[in-house]
Amino acid sequence: MSQRSRSIPALVATALVAAGLSACSTPEASPGVTDDTITIGTHTPLTGPAAAGYSSISAATKAYFDYVNDNGGINGRSIEYVVKDDGYNPATTQTVVRELVQEEEVFAVLNGLGTPTHSSVVDYLNENEVPDLFVASGSPQWDQPEKYPWTFAYNASYIVEAKALATYAQETWPDKTYCVLGQDDDFGTDFTTGLLTVLGGDGLASTQTYSVSVQDVVAQIGAMQAAGCEVNFLATVNGFTALALGTAAKMKYRAQWVSSSSGGDYPTLVGYLGEDVAPLLLQGFVSSNYLPFSPDDEWVTLFQQINDEYNGGAQFSGNTVFGMSVGYLFAQALAQAGEDPTRESVLDALEVGTLTGNGIVPLSFSKDSHAAFEGVGITVVDKGVQDYVGEVFTTDAGSGDVVPFTGEPVALEGDGIPTA
Amino acid sequence: MSRPQRLPGQRPLARTLLLAAGWTLVALLGTFALDPFRNYQLALVAAYLCATAGLTVLVGASGQLSLGHAALMAVGGYGYALTSNALPFGGVARFVVALLAGALVSAVVGLLLGLAAARLSGPYLAGLTLAVVVALPAVASTWSTVLHGDQGVQTAFEGVPDALRRVIALEQWQAMVAVVVAAVVVTGLTVLRGGRFGLRMQAVRDDEVAARLSGIPAGRVKVLAFTASSVAAGLGGAVLCFVAQAVSPGAYTVGFSLLLVVAVVIGGLGSILGAALGSAVVVLLPWLIGRLTAGLPTDAAQRLDGNLAVLVFGLLLITVMALAPQGLHGALTARRRPIDEPVRTEEHTKVLVPTEEQR
Repeated sequence: MSQRSRSIPALVATALVAAGLSACSTPEASPGVTDDTITIGTHTPLTGPAAAGYSSISAATKAYFDYVNDNGGINGRSIEYVVKDDGYNPATTQTVVRELVQEEEVFAVLNGLGTPTHSSVVDYLNENEVPDLFVASGSPQWDQPEKYPWTFAYNASYIVEAKALATYAQETWPDKTYCVLGQDDDFGTDFTTGLLTVLGGDGLASTQTYSVSVQDVVAQIGAMQAAGCEVNFLATVNGFTALALGTAAKMKYRAQWVSSSSGGDYPTLVGYLGEDVAPLLLQGFVSSNYLPFSPDDEWVTLFQQINDEYNGGAQFSGNTVFGMSVGYLFAQALAQAGEDPTRESVLDALEVGTLTGNGIVPLSFSKDSHAAFEGVGITVVDKGVQDYVGEVFTTDAGSGDVVPFTGEPVALEGDGIPTA
Repeated sequence: MSRPQRLPGQRPLARTLLLAAGWTLVALLGTFALDPFRNYQLALVAAYLCATAGLTVLVGASGQLSLGHAALMAVGGYGYALTSNALPFGGVARFVVALLAGALVSAVVGLLLGLAAARLSGPYLAGLTLAVVVALPAVASTWSTVLHGDQGVQTAFEGVPDALRRVIALEQWQAMVAVVVAAVVVTGLTVLRGGRFGLRMQAVRDDEVAARLSGIPAGRVKVLAFTASSVAAGLGGAVLCFVAQAVSPGAYTVGFSLLLVVAVVIGGLGSILGAALGSAVVVLLPWLIGRLTAGLPTDAAQRLDGNLAVLVFGLLLITVMALAPQGLHGALTARRRPIDEPVRTEEHTKVLVPTEEQR
């Protein structure tokens, strides 16, 4: 009897309270812009297995924004950058992106990192019409203006990179045996697709894959050695590039390594391999890039200064350039979006196609293209210095031709703070 | 007791169903009062509740400890995702079929695990179930053509049905779906535990030899209990996949699996209300900690990120065990119970693993 007397009135009371509360409606969205600030956010791995390679990106972007804010901001507004850790886990990404949009009420999500992680929120962001700018992943799926009108890519697509690298390899080492080691996800699959587009259906003598959760590639490298591979393409993250090169060296297996930009950052690789052997192992290492990286480049000099002053002099790597370049492009879009930016006006500023960014090839943003870079330059490591060798190719993510690009990289204007 | 033919403590089925329907309706109406983020958290709590309710019945009523319920959730999630991607039609029908497929797959895996589990007890059973979670990433990468390795399987976006689009937001819809599934799971488990099968589980838990002597097929009871619990966890995983549009090994780690056990213990072993309290704690605590550390300098906050929550869970577990060995639910009922009413001894004889004397 005691059960009945307790639970029924409790149920009725709760029902009444709930009915009363249900009269309230859902709150309307606020775009995160005030008279003197604009708040944006990101999801990125700060903890977990992917953190080691990528946690420095958001710090670099934040440092660039601090630099802009100290110099008056954009149109008088300072940029607040809210960084949320998702540990590279899509379920956590879901939570933190909702926190950003609903609790922090950000104006836009900038540079969300990772293919599996960002895939899980891209529908949500477009459904809620939140600008989803400059996704830090080379998956071609971000460039779908029809399906995802609010999403804009940043990285050159893995397919574009692979096509350019394969073209360079064919020119430089014709008649060699080509092979690929790829991550067993979209990264590896898309990259391999790009290679096959250029090399032909039987262009790869051996296709090996690895899983990030298994820290061993002896079997894969052994298979490549057995297949007589001479030029090895890598669709690997930095940690596994280092692992692959180290494993091959232990097995006394010499080959030419050609890596995607995602795993070809020299300073990061030195961190994995050690100061003493890295210059030897990485001599002649070929990779691609689309951002300024020459040691004497004026952008690099500026970013190094910002890094020293606003980022506590953290290790300067490709990630630092990447993070600051993303910040620069956002600042440029914001400056173009007018005195009183709205989510629509930022979208328009991007689709007009007048933004330059700071890459070595022009940006491709337009109404029909949400891909940022449709071209990459080739870099080679020589005596411990990674630099462009002059070859730059442009192509699309489909079956289009790979065309040499002869234009100039975007020059630095003023102090690296965009104005309208 | 007015009707002696009923088992002790058993409610009539109609009353259980009526109460379940009532509370579900309250929860569904409640979603209107919550803002989208709160609704999203409610959906997570409901998804976790499926797993913790299954776990609390398994541990509390049948005495089998599983540290691997995260893996069973993942099984349900993969079942849901792969079926959802394979189906040619969309909408609510796809969700229901995929959900049932997730339940079916987790039932099969739960049955196989249960067959092994029924022969083991105590630390050996814990070890077996733990191994399943540890093996999950390797399984996903070994069959990566289907399971897509660490990246996991993504499912198509399932928006609000067109008829309801103007009335409710996406998060509210997800919360409602999660609440309905959780309600079905919880009601099913309550009916199961309240009936003959529940009595058999308790008999096997308290003294397996005596149960066998009374003609109870102890092995079969244990296997069935494990399977039922696995289906509950699988449905939880499927709902989580519906909300997150993705299932990957990274979401179902050993840490998460242990967190489910912590949730059940904090809430109160064997109590479904306790399981609900526990899952609310699991969802809300990391978020609350994130709010508190938001004001700290960046590098300090970065260091605490992800680590502080684990510490607080540990402290919470120790505190609850020291102050309220029956968990949060036990503490609530103890306070509410009038002093003159005798304490039901049944609650105090619940043991996880019977000692030699108890056998």
